[in-house]
Amino acid sequence: MSGEVSPADLHCGAHGASAGVGPRRAVPPGEDLVKGFWRENPVLVQLLGLCPTLAVTNSVANSAVMGIATFFVLVGSSLLVSASRRFIPNEVRITSYILIIATFVSIAEMALQALVPDIHKALGAFVALIVVNCIILGRQEAFAGRNPVGRSVLDAVGMGSGFMIAMLIMGSVREVLGSGTFLGVSLFGPGFEPWVIMVLPPGGFFTLAFVLLTVAWFKRRKALKAREAERHDVAVVERAA
Amino acid sequence: MGDLAWIFLSSMVVNNFTLMLFLGLCPFLGVSGRIDTAIRMGVADTFVLIMTAVAVWFLNAFVLPSAPYLRLIAFIIVIASLVQVVEMVIKKLSPALFRALGIYLPLITTNCAVLALAIFQTNREYGLLEGVVFAIGSGAGLTLALLVMASIREGIELADVPEVAKGTALVLLIAGSLSLAFMGFAGLLSAS
Repeated sequence: MSGEVSPADLHCGAHGASAGVGPRRAVPPGEDLVKGFWRENPVLVQLLGLCPTLAVTNSVANSAVMGIATFFVLVGSSLLVSASRRFIPNEVRITSYILIIATFVSIAEMALQALVPDIHKALGAFVALIVVNCIILGRQEAFAGRNPVGRSVLDAVGMGSGFMIAMLIMGSVREVLGSGTFLGVSLFGPGFEPWVIMVLPPGGFFTLAFVLLTVAWFKRRKALKAREAERHDVAVVERAA
Repeated sequence: MGDLAWIFLSSMVVNNFTLMLFLGLCPFLGVSGRIDTAIRMGVADTFVLIMTAVAVWFLNAFVLPSAPYLRLIAFIIVIASLVQVVEMVIKKLSPALFRALGIYLPLITTNCAVLALAIFQTNREYGLLEGVVFAIGSGAGLTLALLVMASIREGIELADVPEVAKGTALVLLIAGSLSLAFMGFAGLLSAS
């Protein structure tokens, strides 16, 4: 009964690490970088790393710091994993990846504690939980473990930026609606009644649901247009014949 | 005794791991399609949480005082190997249980709920008994959330939902509503 589902499908929501891109030959270096921004955005399209996306996005500042920390860990571990990919035996690769990631997370946590102690306190356990963020392990498994250093770093920068974009969208929506501020600056004046629910846990679920709905709506509209254009072309060809 | 009951209730409903703290969302969205798989996932999760609580207590008491900067790395390695050992032991002792838990066990290694339990337990300085009760409560909370979600999803399977909303967006909307409902538990313990 459990035979038909692969572990990758079960883990991390609908798509696992296997949904990422395998090694492709002859892609321009720009492609490795840009694909993570939107088209293969780790959060909005691949649905990875949802825990931090929901948990710490109740203000723009928290989201930005979390995004930067994850970006740093992702780029650092991709660099190291890719550079040492020939020395890591296949059987213990996941454990080795996790060790490398945990090292970078420890560095990030100490740095945050020293630089922005307030935000570090607000993020709480979620800084340490970057270790189990599926985006990072997923990129090591799907990309950095089998590609040269340069491409892996580009890929990590792209995916890390994609994560940051998603975090900032979530953080902006929730802070603007939930507290009426942006980065702590009041936007609407004293007459605005904040939607307190948006900065509480349910608001996280609702905001992500609506962001995903918007993405799905755009995709659907694009697909419908493409189909219509195709039908139009076919009609033109038929008329010509 | 009152403390233990408080820890249990607080971790199960008031600070429910999935709906209030957003931990362990991956299985929550991934395996909440059917009730029987949801229950199995919940049981496997609870089992690993309890084992982790014991292991983390041991680490905190005897190993980490001499090397605090290795905390995170020690936790993740212990969790990963623990899951591996548990899997092998169950496979040997009870093949039936192993088949029932199946592939859910190894996946739990990278479940954020397990590492979060270890970190919370350390930050709150729980002892052995408190840690185990905390683990049981959190596990029960995860199972409860999975079970409620799976029941709702089985119920709406044939519902006429707009094409764009099918899939994760709908699950997230339901999760938001459940989370709203669970917020009602917040007043449960502060009153007494």
